[in-house]
Amino acid sequence: MAEHPTHRGRIRPAPENFLSEADIAAVKEGRRDFLRKALATASAAVAAPGLARAAEGDPNILTLPPWTTSLGQAVAARPYGLPSQYEKGLQRRESPGLTRMPQVSVAFTPLQGLFGIITPSGLHFERHHQGWSDIDPSRHRLMVHGTDEGFVKQPKVYTMDDILRLPPVSRMHFIECGANTGMEWGNVAVPTVQYSHGMLSCSEFTGVPLRVILEDCGVDWKRAKYVLAEGADGSSMTRSIPIELVQSDEVLVAYGQNGEMLRPENGYPLRLVVPGVQGVSWVKWLRRIEVGDKPWATKDEAIHYIDLMPDGRHRQYTSTQECKSVITTPSGGQLLLDKGFYNISGLAWSGRGKIKRVDVSTDGGINWRPARIEGPVLSKCLTRFNIDWVWDGKPAILQSRAVDDTGYVQPAYGHLRAVRGTKSIYHNNAIQSWKVVESGEVSNVQVL
Amino acid sequence: MSRFSKTTLAAALAIGLAGAAAGALADGKYSGVGRAATPAEIRAWDIDVRPDFKGLRPGSGSVAQGEEVWEAKCASCHGSFGESNEVHTPLIGGTTKDDIKTGRVASLAKGDAPQRSAIMKVATVSTLFDYINRAMPLTNPKSLTNDEVYGLVAYLLNQAEVLPADFTLTDKNIAEAQARMPNRNGMRTDHGMWPGASAAKGGIGNGGKPDVKNTACMSNCKTEVKIASLLPVYAEAAHGNIAEQNRPVGPVRGKDTSGKVAAPAAAAPLSENAAASKLAADNGCMACHGTASKIVGPGYNEVAAKYKGQADAESKLVAKLKAGGQGVWGAIPMPPQTQLKDEEAHRLVKWILSGAKAQ
Ligand code: HEC
Ligand code: HEC
Repeated sequence: MAEHPTHRGRIRPAPENFLSEADIAAVKEGRRDFLRKALATASAAVAAPGLARAAEGDPNILTLPPWTTSLGQAVAARPYGLPSQYEKGLQRRESPGLTRMPQVSVAFTPLQGLFGIITPSGLHFERHHQGWSDIDPSRHRLMVHGTDEGFVKQPKVYTMDDILRLPPVSRMHFIECGANTGMEWGNVAVPTVQYSHGMLSCSEFTGVPLRVILEDCGVDWKRAKYVLAEGADGSSMTRSIPIELVQSDEVLVAYGQNGEMLRPENGYPLRLVVPGVQGVSWVKWLRRIEVGDKPWATKDEAIHYIDLMPDGRHRQYTSTQECKSVITTPSGGQLLLDKGFYNISGLAWSGRGKIKRVDVSTDGGINWRPARIEGPVLSKCLTRFNIDWVWDGKPAILQSRAVDDTGYVQPAYGHLRAVRGTKSIYHNNAIQSWKVVESGEVSNVQVL
Repeated sequence: MSRFSKTTLAAALAIGLAGAAAGALADGKYSGVGRAATPAEIRAWDIDVRPDFKGLRPGSGSVAQGEEVWEAKCASCHGSFGESNEVHTPLIGGTTKDDIKTGRVASLAKGDAPQRSAIMKVATVSTLFDYINRAMPLTNPKSLTNDEVYGLVAYLLNQAEVLPADFTLTDKNIAEAQARMPNRNGMRTDHGMWPGASAAKGGIGNGGKPDVKNTACMSNCKTEVKIASLLPVYAEAAHGNIAEQNRPVGPVRGKDTSGKVAAPAAAAPLSENAAASKLAADNGCMACHGTASKIVGPGYNEVAAKYKGQADAESKLVAKLKAGGQGVWGAIPMPPQTQLKDEEAHRLVKWILSGAKAQ
């Protein structure tokens, strides 16, 4: 160990946000002392005139930085706060070539850099079918009616004034697009967890249970079997939702997200929240609820969001997001700086309930260790897990495997492909593998 | 009335009668919240059509009428025969006469189709009607008449050889079209991913029973680890510099893949460019034009190159924008961009001719 930088190496200053090609080449050639060299160069650069002082210690300590020796900025200099300029790498991004038009597309959440379970609202993933608009809330309406007169006694119209008067609840839930990880059904296709799993976000939503609103309209619970939810955007997206979920009180007509109003990209001023169900059913810009007794076979439940099976038929109305997990750090496209201690961290979730446990393997699934589950552990919500790992500098394959409170164990690619083949696009909840090589480079691989 | 803002006052007055009716409900738990919907309001928004045609409004449209609307409003994105793969996956193609007989698209099982078109997948004709009516054309949704939608469905089904060329589709005979849908028997719902009542209880699916069963083995779970797939080199390069997609501190860094990524063209930051670029996006121009590549219409770089140095280019192109037209770049027409104000049209054209920079 002595020839390697130990934890003391961590004083390596970080003016650069990545390792240069030269650094990587050095690592590839097995010159493990590259970090020490990098440290020396960087120190020299910072403390150029006082090269001698570098030997005394870290110039970031010995020479006080400007923020310690000057007056900072005024309050409300940025009336709506923004992340630090140094965090700009963590942004929503499109996967090039995935879609053909930016209005009919998806932007992925940068899971590789997030902590805990709540997704900052500005980083919540985006998926639109016909672009997004910033709707004037004073002109927004929610209409509730039935397929015929029998389903609700009194069809009603609610303004935002009305909705915001009703007693609200606040709940934390994950939302995952049914096509999340869809690019990876047949083979590895994308480099990082942002693109492989980033159609996943989690927020605290505030709103009114749809049950309350339906009861306010005098719904006939005996006849009602489904509701149709419809958006106010150009696509007027529609999806059929089972009445049982509405009766369970879980489905919300939400306006709040993480303490403020929903962002326009996420449905401002009103969206449906359907915990455990794929994102397409969480209709954004919600303008209408129709109560009926049969599903509607809308475009996004009859042409898309249907899962092709090997027999050539499609599974229709697949909605539940089954138990899944992924390691977010270290993950594809990242580079471990050094041998030694790491905290492996990731997310687990289930559309059927709570996460019961998560196991982690560093040898490609031969042996597993139970990870620490961080609280809170909530139903149909992201759950953070962590586990200690001391990297010995040898190749490794990192995997996580979640179990939910129904006892369902997250499947491997082999299990899923045996039943569903490789062309079903949607609902890929396979165990994810990240391969670590000697240089510290982490990359996306598939293990059956 | 106090709870109505000024902007809704007029609307509130117009439905004053209905508002009074809502009073009857006011003794409910949430008194004063919401009001009765008027029949006209429900009719305006309740446009959905179910597979059993509940919700379908009477009307008719022939294949020939549909073709006319198609050429004017749809072909630019979906191709003359609905087969284009440029803006969206093909609508038509991949089905056979035999599929129409069996109601199962054979190539889905064989897996030999290069693309899965919409007609290969969709089992219900109502879906096409409902969706076209609510969402198409992409840049001008809800602009079609009821009869135009009948005609467009007839035209598409004729392209798929489901309906003959002399067919007139109506609410009365749409069930005949349904009976010939090539993939009408192609759906199954015997899965565990419907969160409501099971089929046995009048709903959908098997009641949530999963289709795979892994076990939580903890040690010596297998003898060897086989890597089945690695990241293709092009995929890494295609996703930009990963180093810039990670935090500059912490236990890891993003890999510098900049050597593999084409350097972005340096552009002088100009707020006028940013504003014009937003204007183009807001007006749906970017649905059909790339700044540096053809989509449906020419790339703006091609336009700028073509008209370089021509003094009358700006006025010519502004006129073309407003009138629409075809023939300069090919057979596909540009729909008239009637929504643009004069000033906006000039701004857009100036921006395009100057290189359509984002900044
Ligand atoms: C500006 C380009 C554009 C025009 C013009 C256009 N469409 Fe589309 N169309 C699209 C896109 C993009 C989608 C996919 C939308 C989505 O993913 O939700 C689509 C989807 C569809 C679908 C559903 C098929 C599927 O696979 O999702 C049908 C049917 C359709 N269009 C018919 C029409 C008809 C009929 C017209 C003319 C009235 C028309 N379109 C005009 C771009 C266009
Ligand atoms: C539905 C697709 C579509 C949309 C939307 C669209 N265009 Fe076009 N555009 C085309 C096509 C196709 C052509 C080629 C027409 C031709 O060959 O004459 C074209 C041509 C052009 C040209 C070159 C005209 C010429 O005669 O050389 C310009 C400039 C242009 N478009 C700008 C715009 C702007 C600005 C917008 C938005 C306000 C817009 N377009 C929206 C499809 C579209």
